[in-house]
Amino acid sequence: MAFLEIENLQKKFAQTTAVEHVQLEVTRGEFVSFLGPSGCGKTTTLRIIAGFEAPSSGAIRLDGVDITHRPPHQRHVGMVFQSYALFPNMTVAQNVGFGLKVAKKPAALIKQRVEEMLNLIKLPALGNRYPHQLSGGQQQRVALARALAIQPQVLLLDEPLSALDAKIRVALRQEIRTIQRELGITTIYVTHDQEEALSLSDRIVIMSEGRVEQIGTPFEIYNFPRTSFVASFVGTLNILRGQVADPARGKIVIDGQEVIASRGLKDARVGEVCSVALRPEIVSLGEAAGDGNRMQGTVEDVNFLGSIVRVRVRFKDNAISLDLFNNPSLSLPQRGQAVTVSFPREAVLALETASSM
Amino acid sequence: MLFGVLYFFVPLLGTFEFSLRYLRGVYSLEAYRIVLADPRFGATVTYSTALALATIVVGVVLVVPTAYWIQLRLPGLRPVVEFITLLPLVIPAIVLVFGYLRIYNSSSLLPLTGSERTTDLLLIFSYVTLALPYMYRAVDTGLRAIDVRSLTEAAQSLGAGWPMILFRVIFPNVRVAVLSGAFLTFAIVIGEFTMASLLDRPAFGPYLQLMGANRAYEPSALAIISFGITWACMGLIQVFGRGAHGQVAGAH
Repeated sequence: MAFLEIENLQKKFAQTTAVEHVQLEVTRGEFVSFLGPSGCGKTTTLRIIAGFEAPSSGAIRLDGVDITHRPPHQRHVGMVFQSYALFPNMTVAQNVGFGLKVAKKPAALIKQRVEEMLNLIKLPALGNRYPHQLSGGQQQRVALARALAIQPQVLLLDEPLSALDAKIRVALRQEIRTIQRELGITTIYVTHDQEEALSLSDRIVIMSEGRVEQIGTPFEIYNFPRTSFVASFVGTLNILRGQVADPARGKIVIDGQEVIASRGLKDARVGEVCSVALRPEIVSLGEAAGDGNRMQGTVEDVNFLGSIVRVRVRFKDNAISLDLFNNPSLSLPQRGQAVTVSFPREAVLALETASSM
Repeated sequence: MLFGVLYFFVPLLGTFEFSLRYLRGVYSLEAYRIVLADPRFGATVTYSTALALATIVVGVVLVVPTAYWIQLRLPGLRPVVEFITLLPLVIPAIVLVFGYLRIYNSSSLLPLTGSERTTDLLLIFSYVTLALPYMYRAVDTGLRAIDVRSLTEAAQSLGAGWPMILFRVIFPNVRVAVLSGAFLTFAIVIGEFTMASLLDRPAFGPYLQLMGANRAYEPSALAIISFGITWACMGLIQVFGRGAHGQVAGAH
């Protein structure tokens, strides 16, 4: 049974609709990320769950209780902000213990819980420091401990790692996931960073212009994007435009070369212009065995990215990027060299045609 | 720079030098002794100090929640409120006090001038108005230095209601700004003449004027003393401002 239910949520600000018919069920202990570009409505949805914004319509139920109109301080929901939002006038220990003090818990229990929390975030010795004496990463850990100290029913994180530098971001996101698993707390995580969402989440909700585009596991979202927005937003993607030649067989002609897509073209008409998507990592250089697709083109560019080498191959109007794993014995193709690229039929994702969108 | 220093300090030094010449032929602090021994000096300073403190309390209670709410929920109203808070600078005190006397005279619906205590109350409110531009600006600047919205929401999500948020989270973080506003208010109230004189209250301002009209050396001594009080207030703003700098910086 769903622990957190978001039912047909809608939020309008004057002329604009920030959130449109958002529907989601989160099970207890699940880690769900809202992923999308700026202004897609992910933060507004999170703020409605926290109670900082009132929805124009729709309902939110937590453990079967309707909390749609409950003020934020009565929701028992923990929140972590992008800007940390630690109280500058309080020490780390006072910050972490604030929620318990508000709840009028006995001093001994507060002390014990604060110690537990500081151990959990691996900062047991910093209780007496003030926030301005900590690094960004440490401050965000304290903010996490403060949110968890009150043992909330749901933990909400609003782009918590955006203000940190890359290395700390990766380390802290693993830590957040470990702590979340350890405590089994239901978590909603808002981010615009796809890598963060893919690596952390049980499920991802992809949002665009206030609407949910797709809800699925990271594997589903990445490998089987349902809309062209999801396909282009998550991961790097090659989009190729061609003409449908034989819908029943999934045959498309791209720059005069035949490509077969294993599904998604049944409803298309012969001669219709269509777009297909291909992940760079699924395309290989040279002839592959079996009955996969093959296309001939010319190497346009070779980019060395460290662990991978990205090669760009042009056909005519279309071009494709493909990734090669780096190794010291790799012989890189030269620019202008004629090459064959191959990719399996099932890797060709037919996207909605302009007429069907 | 040099011109500025001369412009400010030469008259002050002249006044100070004059205040020491009470006894013919020697420099002495006789004028200061006479002023400090005058029971009216003590009484008026005490009265004005009490009123200044009351003004600060009323001003803080009025301004902090207002500025906070405007920053948090009504940012569109900020220009309107800024304009209103600036009005006391463009409307002369004498116009204000005549307005008060017309509205609150003893035959009006709210006869605040009917007794001494209620007149004191009216005087406090008029001082709050006079000090509003300084108090509001000080508090508003303090609030802009912290992330009011996130701090409020963080406290809310931890279960805190409005009084708790205001007194435990917001107020301590704008303490320095509130103190600056308080000392400025104190400096304004302690020497204010027009309001106190026209409402006929025994404040320090009218006493300064009375002495100035009737004595020779004592007014200079009083002028130096009131400068001293004002400078002490300014000095305290600096001291408190510096003391809490780290805390405010930590808010970013």
